[in-house]
Amino acid sequence: MNQIEHYLIKQISIFSENRPGRLAAIAQAMQEERINILAFSIAEADGFGVVRALVDHSERAYHKLTDMGFMVSFTDVIAVRMRDEPGGLYEIARILGDANINIEYAYAYTGKDAAVLILRVNNARDAIATLLKRNVTLMESSFFK
Amino acid sequence: MKCWDPRIEEIPKEELHRLQYRLLKTLVYKLYSLSDFYHRRMKEAGVHPDDIRTLEDVQKLPFMYKSDLRDHYPDRLFTVPQEELVRYHVSSGTTGKPTVVGYTQRDIENWTNSLARALVSCGLGRGDVIQVSYGYGLFTGGLGLHYGAERIGATVIPTSTGNTERQIELMMDLKATAIACTPSYLLHIGEVAEKMGVSIKNDTRLRAAILGAEPWSERMRNRIQEWLGVKAYDIYGTSELYGPLFTECHEQQGIHIWGDLALVEIIDPETNAPLPAGERGELTMTVLQKEALPIVRFRIGDITTMRDDVCACGRTHPRITRIEGRVDDMLIIRGINVFPSQIEHTLMGIPEVGREFQIVVDRKAELDSLLVRVELTHEAFSDRIKDLMNIRKKVAERLQSALLVNAEVELVEPGTLPRFEGKAKRVVDRRKL
Ligand SMILES: [Zn+2]
Repeated sequence: MNQIEHYLIKQISIFSENRPGRLAAIAQAMQEERINILAFSIAEADGFGVVRALVDHSERAYHKLTDMGFMVSFTDVIAVRMRDEPGGLYEIARILGDANINIEYAYAYTGKDAAVLILRVNNARDAIATLLKRNVTLMESSFFK
Repeated sequence: MKCWDPRIEEIPKEELHRLQYRLLKTLVYKLYSLSDFYHRRMKEAGVHPDDIRTLEDVQKLPFMYKSDLRDHYPDRLFTVPQEELVRYHVSSGTTGKPTVVGYTQRDIENWTNSLARALVSCGLGRGDVIQVSYGYGLFTGGLGLHYGAERIGATVIPTSTGNTERQIELMMDLKATAIACTPSYLLHIGEVAEKMGVSIKNDTRLRAAILGAEPWSERMRNRIQEWLGVKAYDIYGTSELYGPLFTECHEQQGIHIWGDLALVEIIDPETNAPLPAGERGELTMTVLQKEALPIVRFRIGDITTMRDDVCACGRTHPRITRIEGRVDDMLIIRGINVFPSQIEHTLMGIPEVGREFQIVVDRKAELDSLLVRVELTHEAFSDRIKDLMNIRKKVAERLQSALLVNAEVELVEPGTLPRFEGKAKRVVDRRKL
């Protein structure tokens, strides 16, 4: 069971009003703290949005942004290494769908010689167990440190 | 003791109405002959004392406003000579001149008895030690409560305001069982006590708090009751009506307005029409037995609703609900009266958002728009847009059903809305009328 914990990755989620400069403020704060943003996505509704990011020092990022007045929370996500062939994403979605696990959203991480898909699912632990059983390669959280 | 004066407090309603009518009629005749001001006003309104034939005929009488008191500064509305007065109180005007209120011996008597009934209805009496932490002096709070508390045989600690550490020491040493002060001051006392290592709940005998002189909410009541271990009672009054003089009873279901002392009307602030029980409007009072400074159909400017059913405590007099705001704060949006306090009440019932809010009113294509900006709480924050949209929808639906006006809702980052103490300036009105 402990193995599953290794694959749980802490994403930081940040609430942001759709005002100019909010994203820049986040990026600048990370730079000042020498925190690397490894992957991120922005989801927007009219009036507000949520910035989701994988960083190399999530605790420090959380405290820095909270101190700045941002609303921040941690979200468990998983990272799937994509095989370099067509239909890879479809296969992952099918495996999870068969196990009744919903993908809430996904975004890409490209770096360090690997194409990785970051997935936010409704049940991360079940998703990890299911994907490992089907021989899908997952990245451990230490990969993003 | 259940009632201070059961004969009047539990008087059957019809009898109370007959008594009110008699008192009103006497008052109107008296004022018509004694007061230049009321004589002139009644002439202008085309009403003669003979026209008052039922209690409802009070509606024929002209209204009186705060500005009337200011315009007749200091004592030109008094109907007794100075030698009949035993006291003055002065309320500081937020704008312009202050208002001066004079009291005859009988006025002080009525005021004191009103508070005696009120304090007993809160379960206080002989044996209680009541700390009066309202200001003593020109302000009516301190002396008013002091006289009322002595009248019921309680022991008074006249601490007045200030020096909070000393207030807490005296509260413990003299074993105070009740305190009268503003709700924000009681919260301050609670905080200072904790810093001193004192728990009001566990280390004092305090069990009741008579709180008023500033707006407060049910939420504040709950917090005070839980944290400090006291029952918190709402008290109401303004200096024009003697001072603080009505409270809730131990049922905490509205403030009892003693009908032999005051006749309550709820008036639509826009149309000036009287509103039936249960409808929200401007509190308007006629003080039936006031000698020095008569008050007839005084538009107080506070927003409340009246209920006229008999209270579970057995008292038959009408009750008003907690003051919900000021007429000056009222917004008219698409023809509907909206009070910022209604928005506050609604938000209080939604744990996903904080209680701070901002209202932005605008006019787009000849139609008023209402935008309510609220702060998401940390617990409610989700990384999923869908969850946030649902919260926004929930807030909009609750506001719509409370205000009867469609409101757009904006979720904003925590701590970004301006914070206010007391009278909040939460409204931005961009309409160019
Ligand atoms: Zn009652």
